[in-house]
Amino acid sequence: MSTGMADKKLIELTNIHYAYPEGDPVLRGLDFSLHAGDKLGIMGPNGAGKTTFLHILMGLIKPDKGTIRLFGDTLSDSKDFMAARLKIGFLFQHSDDQLFCPTVLDDVAFGPLNQGLSREEAKQISLETLDRLGLAGFESRVPYRLSGGEKKLVALATILAMTPKVLILDEPTTGLSPEARHRLVHILDHLEIPRIVVSHDTDFLAHTTDSILALRDGRIKEGTLKPHTHMHVHIEGDIPHDHN
Amino acid sequence: MAAISEPFAKGNSIFHRTDPRARLVSAFLLTVPMALLTTPWAAWLSLAIGLSLILPAAYNPGKVLTRLFVVNLFILFLWLFIPFSTPGQAVYNLGPLTMTREGLVMALLLTLKSNAVVLSLMALLGSIPVQSMGPAMQSLRVPAKLCHLFLFTFRYIFVIRNEYDTMTRAMAARGFRPRTNVHTYRSYAWLVGMLLVKSWDRAERVNNAMLCRGFKGRFYTLTDFNFTAGDIFFITSAALLGMGITAYDLLQRGFI
Repeated sequence: MSTGMADKKLIELTNIHYAYPEGDPVLRGLDFSLHAGDKLGIMGPNGAGKTTFLHILMGLIKPDKGTIRLFGDTLSDSKDFMAARLKIGFLFQHSDDQLFCPTVLDDVAFGPLNQGLSREEAKQISLETLDRLGLAGFESRVPYRLSGGEKKLVALATILAMTPKVLILDEPTTGLSPEARHRLVHILDHLEIPRIVVSHDTDFLAHTTDSILALRDGRIKEGTLKPHTHMHVHIEGDIPHDHN
Repeated sequence: MAAISEPFAKGNSIFHRTDPRARLVSAFLLTVPMALLTTPWAAWLSLAIGLSLILPAAYNPGKVLTRLFVVNLFILFLWLFIPFSTPGQAVYNLGPLTMTREGLVMALLLTLKSNAVVLSLMALLGSIPVQSMGPAMQSLRVPAKLCHLFLFTFRYIFVIRNEYDTMTRAMAARGFRPRTNVHTYRSYAWLVGMLLVKSWDRAERVNNAMLCRGFKGRFYTLTDFNFTAGDIFFITSAALLGMGITAYDLLQRGFI
C-alpha cells in the first residue's frame, strides 16, 4: 500500500494498444489515470473504443501492449484481476446482461456473496442498498419483469452492494426516460465514490462528473473543461448533435 | 415482457411445504420406475398414483388439463404409428397396414406412463419456484454445468425470443412475407444465424458482467433450506411407491 493519499492513483493505464482480430487498431497508446476523488467523464464518437477501454481496464480483454495498474498493483492475466474486480463496480450498458438471477434480492446479493460475505451479511447489505436507492420492497420482484429504469437502478444496486472503491458506468442513460435519468443523477450526486462515466449525454456528465475527457484517435485527450450544471459542453462540438 | 410462467409454483399444499430438495429426490425416485414399467396394469396403477398426487397439489384444473393436452398431442402421433409398426398378432387390416395386438398394448402403455409421469412431475417439480430449483439442484450436487444451464435457459430464453420477435417484425416492416421460395428460406436462415450470433454475444456480455462481480464458477445462494422429519417421510413414501409399482410390474410378468 502506497502512502500519500491525496495523489493516490487508483487506476493507471499506460501506453495501451489494442486491435480487434482482423480489424483496425482501436486504441493506440492510450494513457489514463484515475486518482482518489476523481470523477471523470469520457466522451467519444461511436466506435472510438470506449467500451473496449473499459473492458481492458477490467481485465475482460487483454490489450496487445501496455500496462494496467489497479490499486497500485500491476496486473496482467485475468486471474490477477479477480481481486481488483471486487473493488470496482462496473455498470453495464444493458441491464439485461447484468441481471440474471430469478429475484432482485438474489441478484443484489450475488456480488457480496462472491466477496465472501456470509448469507446473513449479504442479505443485510443487499436490503440496505435497495433501501438506499429507493427500491425497498423490490426484493422478491423478478428482474426481467422490471421497467428499463428500474432495471438500471437494480443493476446499480448490485454493484453498490459490493461497496466499490471505484464506479464505472458505461452509457448509463441509454434508453432511460427523463424521470429515470433524473433519479440516477440524484443518486450519483449523493455518492462520493470516484468514478468513470462513459456517455454521449453531456448534460448527464455535467451533473455527475467533475471533468470530461475525450477518447478519439485511440487515445484519451486531456480535457480542460470543468462542466457544471446548465453548461453546454461542446467537447465534440464539431460533430453535429442535438440537445434534448 | 413475456416470461416462462410458473402457474404451479405458488401454493400452500403439502408439496409446497416440503423442502424442494425432498421433492426433487422424490420425483426422481418415483418417475424413473414409472418410466420403466412394462405391463399395462402397473401403468394403470402409476396413473392412479399420478392422479392422487396432483389432487392434493390443488392446482387450477384448467391449467393442468392444458398441459396434459399438449403432452397427449404428441402421444397421438404414437397411436398413428406404433400399432402398425410393432410385429405381433394381427387384429385389423387397413389396406396394406396391419394393426397388431402388441402394438396397441405398447401404445396404451406409453400413454399411461407418460401421463403418470407428467402428472407426478407437475405435482412434485411444478410446485418448486425457479429461484429454489437452482439452489436445490446445486445442494444435491447436481453438476454445476447442468444447474447453470437450467438457470440461464430460464432467464434468457425470452430475451432471445424478444430478439427473434424484433427481427421478424423488422423483416415484416420491410415487406417480408414468408413464401415457398429461395428468398424466404435464405432470409430465415439469416434470421436463425443472426439469432445464434446475438445469443453468443449476449452470453459473452453476461459472463463478463458476472466476472466483474467476482463470479468464480459457483453460485452462492441466499436460500435457506430446512430439511425436516416430514421431508424424510416424504422421500421414503416416494421410494416405497416407486418400489411398489416396480414390484407389481414384476409380479405381473411372473418374475416374482
